[in-house]
Amino acid sequence: MAYSDKVVDHYNNPRNVGTLDKSAAEVGTGLVGAPECGDVMRLQIKVNPATQVIEEAKFKTFGCGSAIASSSLATEWIKGRTIDDALKIKNTEIVKELALPPVKIHCSVLAEDAIRAAIGDWRKKNNLDEPAAAEQVK
Amino acid sequence: MDEDNEQKIDAAGVKLPIYMDNQATTPLDPRVLEAMMPWLTTKFGNAASRNHSFGWEAERAVDAAREQVAHLIGATAKEIVFTSGATESDNLAIKGIAEMYRERGHHIVTQATEHKAVLDTCKRLERRGCRVTFLPVKADGIVDLDDVRRAIDDKTILVSIMAANNEIGVLQPIREIGQICHERGVLFHTDAVQAVGKVPFHVIDDFVDLASISAHKIYGPKGVGALYVRRRNPRVQLAAEIDGGGHERGMRSGTLNVPGIVGLGKACELAGENLLQEASRTQCLRDRLKAKLEAGLDYVQVNGSMEHRLSGNLNMSFLYVEGESLLMGIDDVAVSSGSACTSATLEPSYVLKALGLGDEVAHSSIRFGLGRFTTEAEVDYVAAKTIQVVRRLRELSPLYEMVKDGVDLSRMEWDKAGTRD
Repeated sequence: MAYSDKVVDHYNNPRNVGTLDKSAAEVGTGLVGAPECGDVMRLQIKVNPATQVIEEAKFKTFGCGSAIASSSLATEWIKGRTIDDALKIKNTEIVKELALPPVKIHCSVLAEDAIRAAIGDWRKKNNLDEPAAAEQVK
Repeated sequence: MDEDNEQKIDAAGVKLPIYMDNQATTPLDPRVLEAMMPWLTTKFGNAASRNHSFGWEAERAVDAAREQVAHLIGATAKEIVFTSGATESDNLAIKGIAEMYRERGHHIVTQATEHKAVLDTCKRLERRGCRVTFLPVKADGIVDLDDVRRAIDDKTILVSIMAANNEIGVLQPIREIGQICHERGVLFHTDAVQAVGKVPFHVIDDFVDLASISAHKIYGPKGVGALYVRRRNPRVQLAAEIDGGGHERGMRSGTLNVPGIVGLGKACELAGENLLQEASRTQCLRDRLKAKLEAGLDYVQVNGSMEHRLSGNLNMSFLYVEGESLLMGIDDVAVSSGSACTSATLEPSYVLKALGLGDEVAHSSIRFGLGRFTTEAEVDYVAAKTIQVVRRLRELSPLYEMVKDGVDLSRMEWDKAGTRD
């Protein structure tokens, strides 16, 4: 499998690797995928409650190089965005940025799912259920 | 070495990239190439040309190679049929027997970890009306002899069980299986591709009726192999798969690949000369690699029996690290993985699954294949590099972090629908 330079760069120098305190109110955690499927992504966000801006994003991923790159890129992109803006990120943009081949598209889908899951977790914690709004962006 | 294969030299004097995938294929031994060269250049005759010296010398060369192959496995020259490789040998053996012995029965017994050349051949025969029993293997990868005994019935014509597995190197008890088949009057075929030239293999002592052999797994050229077909006690008959000029006593038509066959013969001769020394040397290196990996890393496990195993094989899972990402990290070492991401089908290794291992273990597996040209310095480099990359990837692995925090991953609810493309 030949990887794009960007995938190799994220694999060799992953951005924002780490763990946030998942019990903190301002932290949302998304854990998606399954070990038996060969991909598990954990993406965490720390949100400013006043501005709803994602001030911190961390990830850890078990998966192939493309999965690692997709989640690394996702943390880069959501950092500094508002929750609503972060939800606008589409897996197809990740595919394009990383030049993922068709067999690796599921990695980008998983990254998008991880963003949604983290935001969903943060909303739930803070009683900000806005499923309707979330659906609209989809 | 190939000039196109860009080589670097590391500080310890190891040439990079390192080839450690000798169950996939092996490099051509220079002595084999030397034996082949005349037959690729000046001696170009057709071994079937009966009326001039070009043909005669080619025929003599083929006959000599036939002796060399036969000698290595305890057969006679007339029992060797040259083919294009082991896939063809497996097809010829299984389909040829099914067709020839159709009147006597239509049941074939094989097992779950066979090479696809055997499994898919059997599946095709199933569609053509044969009944096939696919036996399971035990957790160590070995077939239960009682299962073999029970599977054979009065319609069974053939048992096909490999001598050594290509992924996990596990050796099947072929002598015992051969004996069972012999007693029950059922023919025994073994895909002996990985075993011949690596472990003692003798068609008489092991009660083998048909055996598939490949040249490129034993430092010979690609595109040539052989099928051993027993001529006495019992005399095995085969329906041909390829019709034509009646070469190879009608069992396999087609102009003989003289240089390839000469190469296969030479490769067999060399393998036989140093079989035990070579096996013990690769075993020392393999055990060194295993010891280093186990000392440097936690959560590693060997897949398949260590006791009954090819000396040059180590199949190991590095839990909580995905195989393809590991291969990407050790990119100056050629090994292979049972991870789905590295396969064309996107399915994790069916061999590891047959051992009862979870998909997540298969996803984390790496096959190290050591061979004749593997050096101690290479082993040390591969061990150090693997340890370094596994550690780095575990820093990135949410699973490793969770396990270290005491989470039982098997009791978690995973979102398996996450991949919705």
